[in-house]
Amino acid sequence: MRTICLYFQVHQPFRFRKYRFFDIGNDHYYYDDYSNESILHKVAQKCYLPANELMLDLIKKHKGRFKIAYSISGIAMEQFRLYAPEVLESFKKLADTGKVEFLSETYAHSLSSLKGREEFERQVRAHDQLIKKHFGQEPTVFRNTELIYSDEIGGMVADMGFKAMLTEGAKHVLGWKSPNYLYCNAINPKLKLLLKNFKLSDDIAFRFSNKGWPEYPLTAEKYVDWLNQTPDNEEVINLFMDYETFGEHQWKETGIFDFLEALPKSVFKNSPFTFSTPSEVAKKLQVVSAVNVPNPISWADEERDLTAWLGNEMQNEAFNKLYSLGEKVHESGDEGIKQDYAYLQVSDHFYYMSTKFFSDGEVHSYFNPYDTPYEAFINYMNVLSDFEIRVNAAAHSNVDDDVARLSKIIKEKDEVLEKLENRLSARKKPATPKPTAATKKSTTAKTTASSKKRPTGKKS
Amino acid sequence: MRVLMFGWEFPPHISGGLGTACYGLTRGMSVVPGMDILFVVPKAYGDEDQSRMRVIGAGDVTLDIRKVKEHQFLNDLSYIEINSNLVPYTSAEEYEELVNKAEHSGKRLVETTMGGKLNFTGSYGKNLYEEIANYGLVAGEIALKEEFDIIHSHDWLTYPAGIAAKRASGKPLVIHVHATDFDRSGGKVNPTVFEIEKTGMELADKIIAVSNLTRNTVIEKYGIHPDKVVTVYNAVDPISDYEKLQLKRGITDKVVTFLGRVTLQKGPEYFVQAAYKVLQKMDNVRFVMAGSGELLEKMIQWTAALGISDRFHYTGFLKGDDVFRMFSISDVYVMPSVSEPFGISPLEAMQSNVPSIISNQSGVAEILNYAIKVDFWDVDALADAIYGLVNYPALSEMFKKHGVAEVNEMKWENSGKKVHAIYKEFVQ
Repeated sequence: MRTICLYFQVHQPFRFRKYRFFDIGNDHYYYDDYSNESILHKVAQKCYLPANELMLDLIKKHKGRFKIAYSISGIAMEQFRLYAPEVLESFKKLADTGKVEFLSETYAHSLSSLKGREEFERQVRAHDQLIKKHFGQEPTVFRNTELIYSDEIGGMVADMGFKAMLTEGAKHVLGWKSPNYLYCNAINPKLKLLLKNFKLSDDIAFRFSNKGWPEYPLTAEKYVDWLNQTPDNEEVINLFMDYETFGEHQWKETGIFDFLEALPKSVFKNSPFTFSTPSEVAKKLQVVSAVNVPNPISWADEERDLTAWLGNEMQNEAFNKLYSLGEKVHESGDEGIKQDYAYLQVSDHFYYMSTKFFSDGEVHSYFNPYDTPYEAFINYMNVLSDFEIRVNAAAHSNVDDDVARLSKIIKEKDEVLEKLENRLSARKKPATPKPTAATKKSTTAKTTASSKKRPTGKKS
Repeated sequence: MRVLMFGWEFPPHISGGLGTACYGLTRGMSVVPGMDILFVVPKAYGDEDQSRMRVIGAGDVTLDIRKVKEHQFLNDLSYIEINSNLVPYTSAEEYEELVNKAEHSGKRLVETTMGGKLNFTGSYGKNLYEEIANYGLVAGEIALKEEFDIIHSHDWLTYPAGIAAKRASGKPLVIHVHATDFDRSGGKVNPTVFEIEKTGMELADKIIAVSNLTRNTVIEKYGIHPDKVVTVYNAVDPISDYEKLQLKRGITDKVVTFLGRVTLQKGPEYFVQAAYKVLQKMDNVRFVMAGSGELLEKMIQWTAALGISDRFHYTGFLKGDDVFRMFSISDVYVMPSVSEPFGISPLEAMQSNVPSIISNQSGVAEILNYAIKVDFWDVDALADAIYGLVNYPALSEMFKKHGVAEVNEMKWENSGKKVHAIYKEFVQ
């Protein structure tokens, strides 16, 4: 069997407003509603809505032989709900065809997989619930933020019960091996790995409209030719890309939608390839070998590593500072704080702080609302400073609550004691004859001393 | 290739950035094989570093008045015989001192000496225009006597000299714009200076600007065709013995420093406003204004009125090693210049491991990556940047780590090579 696996990443961050240091402690609203809403509207009009419509047409037209997969971040779904519910509806329609698979990921499109299990699992569960709620699916395939993967992360994902995971077919990991087979995790071979064919993916995602590219213009026929040129025994071509490729990164005018429309037809007509969803690939194909990925990889930049998010001092500082608050955040039990914690984790914030664009520019600056990485960092740290104050205040108020509860108990006990004491002294009173001034003093002193002894003895 | 270069000052006798830049550039150029530079200043003292080039003083050149008349070097220069006080590239103190001196001595500087030489002060005194004109006179004479392939004039004071030399010799003229009067005056341009600048630019065969910012000024304000103007950035010499200049810190507070002339051009008021904002939020920080100038008193009054005088300090004018001593106890350097053709001081700060905030309205902003850039008028952004650098150590650590390397990459040899490439357009 030879098959194509098409997968698209759908994500939009909640961008921060310009948050100055004098806002710290005074204003707890961090988001730039205007740009979030207007960007989402723009992308919805240019990409999500027309692309979804085309996908739906293609699925219907090819009677179920055309299949695709999405991962939609929880943050993106939330924005659809807020700003463009029609987008969510159109994804639901796609889900209803039964030919579209929705993958699991972290709710906040976060880098939490690098910070241990707890927060990571929490977010994956939250995301899966959202997928279930909107699309009625229970994901079995996992896709980590920006295809970040390592042996360890894979092991963690396997433990959580996922059958397969997607990642980059990074050259420095694969060496001479081809990404066009099914692989498995080095720690737990039960977890299957689908590796992105970055050459063929990036031909569409990055080079499609580049007039300086020798292959320009790219047609569906030419592309299918390339697919046919891959060795016959290679089983799967994993084409993973940003969904925004269609209409946003590559504008409609470049002919990207026409290309997409012509592709399945051309594939069915001129090649032996079929289309499969990731879970089908994982089920049908045999694993050829394990891949060793001791250090995390991703699909970003030439290096295919984490340096776009965690490549300089600022990024590491912000990242570590944020996650150091995790425990307190969840102890606080405050929903508002938990939500902001999720929004603060969105990987884009760290991406904005990258200094890599000094050399390896365009892609970075294209997505960046900040003029410089320093602005991004300072803004983020200002927000984080305010957030920290809130988290600490919530933690304190928890302690205060405890103290109040305990002192109330003590107070109640004291009251009981006092009553008993009064009853005690009331009984004794009639028995004592009316004393002189001197004897009265000594007897009252005695009774209080003796009555005090008992409760203290009881307590200990 | 032989270059006849006109400057106004040369180390060690300098009063501002122009002399330093000329010295750096000529040394950078001297690494190009076959480069032979004759550097002319109004007044030579004899202790200039002549290892890489010949430095001569215009006052040491004998004039042949007949020839001067014959060649009519100064037809275009008659208008500069107006008396007015100007302060290019100098500090306020020094200027005041100079004017006082000139007044006391009552010198007339146009007179030739017995040997047919002109007297030059080589400074920025009362008779500046006259001296500029006389410099042009001598320049023509030098151009007739010396052998050279190209002429290079640094800033408006020497444009008339460059023009005169071009007239006398027919050789191509390159002028180097280190600043324009738009930068110096904060918009209120002196018409005489403007005329001299414009004439120089028009008669030049090529114009070198120290930044794209300055290049744009030349194109837009002086109406020069863009093809004629190229940018060659300045550089900075590595500092030696910085260890020796380290001061001991007497306080634990963070120190944020403004260092420069306290004039409109340098934007000191934005620094005060930002300081005020930061001090509303935190108190373990101090601000230092190092420098003097016409706005200094105003700033002192203002900081007092704002009630931040206990956290805002003034050092007066600093020069030489004191600059680096100041940097050694600073945590942040701020240059909120309204208009800065290049701006070498942030580079010095970065060399001294001090993170810098610079205005977008400075030429140096075009080439620095490891510095925070803000618009000079955006006090909120400036305050935020200061707060960020002081409170989020990762940021300043990063600047310290990469800033020195970045500045060390800016070598005068590179600037020199670019200038050489420009010469080669005219000289085979």
